[in-house]
Amino acid sequence: MPPAPAITDIEQLKGHPAIAKLLAWKPAVVEAARFDHDEMTIYVERSSIGEACTLLRDNPECAFNFLADVTCVDWYPREPRFEVVYHLLSIPKKERVRLKVRLDSGSPTLDSVTPVWPGANYFEREVFDLFGVRFTGHPYLRRIQMPEDWEGHPLRKDYPVEGYR
Amino acid sequence: MILNMGPQHPSTHGVLRVILEIDGENVVRIMPDIGYLHTGIEKTCEAKFYQQVVPLTDRIDYLCPLTNNLCYALAVEKLLGLEIPPKAQWLRVLLNELTRINSHLVWLGTHALDIGAMTVFLYCFREREDILRLFEMVSGQRMMTSYFRVGGLALEPPLGFFEKVREFASRFPAKVDEYENLLTGNPIWGMRTKGVARITAEDALALGVSGPTLRGSGVDFDLRRDMPYSGYDNFKFAVPIATEGDVFARYICRVQELRESNAIVQQALDGMPEGPIKADAPKVVLPDREKMKTQMEALIYHFKIITEGFAVPEGEVYQAVESPRGEMGYYVVSDGTAKPYRLHMRAACLANLQALPTMCEGRLIADVVAAIGSIDIVLGEIDR
Repeated sequence: MPPAPAITDIEQLKGHPAIAKLLAWKPAVVEAARFDHDEMTIYVERSSIGEACTLLRDNPECAFNFLADVTCVDWYPREPRFEVVYHLLSIPKKERVRLKVRLDSGSPTLDSVTPVWPGANYFEREVFDLFGVRFTGHPYLRRIQMPEDWEGHPLRKDYPVEGYR
Repeated sequence: MILNMGPQHPSTHGVLRVILEIDGENVVRIMPDIGYLHTGIEKTCEAKFYQQVVPLTDRIDYLCPLTNNLCYALAVEKLLGLEIPPKAQWLRVLLNELTRINSHLVWLGTHALDIGAMTVFLYCFREREDILRLFEMVSGQRMMTSYFRVGGLALEPPLGFFEKVREFASRFPAKVDEYENLLTGNPIWGMRTKGVARITAEDALALGVSGPTLRGSGVDFDLRRDMPYSGYDNFKFAVPIATEGDVFARYICRVQELRESNAIVQQALDGMPEGPIKADAPKVVLPDREKMKTQMEALIYHFKIITEGFAVPEGEVYQAVESPRGEMGYYVVSDGTAKPYRLHMRAACLANLQALPTMCEGRLIADVVAAIGSIDIVLGEIDR
């Protein structure tokens, strides 16, 4: 059975509580949305990620009270190059939503969500370490997996698999 | 005083380094330092075909390789839209619960050893050996099983396998009683664990803690029951929770889980459906050896899968399963080729480790050892 095609029209996806709440708060926050493989992805405007996360966590209809994961995808050489990906889980509603923030290669910087979820700390450090994306407001943005004096960010697509020789 | 604990300290379960700022025997500040086991698996995966990633997933969390196999297989199957036959699903559940028992036994043994109860370690490894023999029987390997494949299982289980599992499952509850006799009512165990390394439900949720560590703080959430995958909705089991949020609460949760997992194994054995163990998808699943030698088409598919892999349609998927340590998630991004564009593993231990400062600051150094044991870390998963 082939999977159902993806839905990308925001008008059709408005019924989803997360999108509805974000649109009601500030329509410009939702840049795009996509429903595919039974998973909802919302592209969030870069400067509002912290506030959007607070809203989704505290609103009783969304109740995304658990930050499962933060990671990043490098679309080199395409621009905007980086997509920072947040996986949110609502334990009371048993639902997931994926937030994405697009960043261009010029200044891959965005606000940290550690004030909203302290648990984002290690995940953001990992993204910083392996992708070179900077999180402003992070309490301790240092390399976590690679040695302190490592050069480059290994998970970037222009970093060779066998490393620099 | 700054004290360095690890990375070669036996109670840090591998290569965890903990920097302790201490005042006498009291811990003022605690900082975990990780990365000693970083192998760049995520980067390696980007250079492999989808089927070549399966053996790599074993090496992430080496105490529950089959859970990793399952999570990866489910994620790719979701992208491909594959339908998995019931027998394969039930076998996956059965082996997953054996893996959980295996992992919890290692945890219980080493945790008790850290705190000073030597006997439990020997008892636990006695039963663990039986489970490893079962894994060897079914997959040929004791630890790095690679038994689940995208689209089903690698092989039919051998003759006599189910009888061996049934025999194990019937005597295992008595063994759990043995462990509990040694520990649960033991006043020394109680003094080392009760009220130690407490964490509240709010703190645990904010820090992204999951699995038995979260349930020990009173949050009733288990992915197997609440967001079922691989046919878990066909099984009846209780989710043990405790409300104290201390080392003892986490111990009680995991020991009860041993019994529940054993009950799931028995249900899986009783209701094991008949049928194929691989999905009907010739372009993805390798053909049987028989067919390959007699049918031209099967030979071509075999050759194509081995040499070129199989293309996965463009898209992205996040699949989470309940590993023995918490929420294990695989995030797969495909660009339509035969190699994953990006593969990210959400490590339950990485998030759980962040709770260590909350648990330990202001307490004694000896409690740090108990706390590290109680969150059941596996450095392979944390560092990847």
